[in-house]
Amino acid sequence: MMALVMPLFAAAIVLFGLIRRVAVFDVFIRGAKEGLQALAGIAPTLIGLLFAVGLLRASGAADALCTFVAPAAERLGFPPEIIPMALLRPVSGSGSTALLLSVFDECGPDSFAGQVASVLAGASETTFYAITLYFGAIRVKHIRHTMLAAIAADLTAWVMSVVTVRLFFF
Amino acid sequence: MLNYIWGGLVLLSVGSALLFGNGDALGSAIVESGADAVQLLLTLAGVMALWSGMMKIAEESGLTKILARMFAPVLRLLFPRLPPDGEAFGCITMNITANLLGLGNTATPLGIQAMRALDKLNGGSDIASDEMVIFVVINTASLQLMPTMLASLRQTAGSAEPFAILAPVWISSACALAVALSIAVGLNRRHRL
Repeated sequence: MMALVMPLFAAAIVLFGLIRRVAVFDVFIRGAKEGLQALAGIAPTLIGLLFAVGLLRASGAADALCTFVAPAAERLGFPPEIIPMALLRPVSGSGSTALLLSVFDECGPDSFAGQVASVLAGASETTFYAITLYFGAIRVKHIRHTMLAAIAADLTAWVMSVVTVRLFFF
Repeated sequence: MLNYIWGGLVLLSVGSALLFGNGDALGSAIVESGADAVQLLLTLAGVMALWSGMMKIAEESGLTKILARMFAPVLRLLFPRLPPDGEAFGCITMNITANLLGLGNTATPLGIQAMRALDKLNGGSDIASDEMVIFVVINTASLQLMPTMLASLRQTAGSAEPFAILAPVWISSACALAVALSIAVGLNRRHRL
């Protein structure tokens, strides 16, 4: 049932495009090109970070860090494997994608850690990046309580990702 | 910031490989991680090209505009002091609609344009206006109707149900947005009193 979501979504877009007499294939090609350019832009970042994560795991440092923070994380019901991703998420989108994939690799996408990591990735944003970008663009220095509200949103996403995954799957 | 994180990760890894005696594993990881990354990029390339193309159709067919008109009344409640036909409010609704559809490339330029328009209304002050705070806060909470990228990543990783996380993602991001907005609106009001 859920497997049909993506195909139906795609079909709805194409159908609407045809009704509106859009040159759907031409436009699709243009969009696809932009997508590939965007990917080419983040490719070096992704390679660099996956390299660092690969080293971290092979060296045994990741395991050591996990055993170090695991007791505290488990007390809170937070899977320790996804802490690196949760910490990087507000700073870098492609970086946290790399870490999300390494969680999938390590625990599987349908495991508890994999599901929580997925929900967290879907429910939070690159907070610090967005704030710097938008306020930087108009040179506003005093951002008042923006940071407080944004960090509260991230913390809520952390808590809710664990709560909803428990509610729906475990 | 990423410079220190990345540099730290590499040094920490080599250091602990020496400490734990994992030198051999590290040697092969150096070669393999690069190959793995390229493999992943090839998978991502197909997914990103496909959905960017689809979303471009959504944009050009006017689907985005229709949705923006639907959301406008809700957004009026958050930005009651902005002129409803002004550039600022128009850009804000388009930016938020683009974000909902996962059109990141479209949303960012619209967001910057919205900030410029808000800056004009704010007299170019270097103190953020109430509207700026609310707008940026909405942009830092991720509200997306169809996380196609995320689902594709899950599918690539071998998930049996890549879209199973849809409802949890909606609920979690709605809660995050609600918390962020209550704080932003609440503190805006307090500062005005």
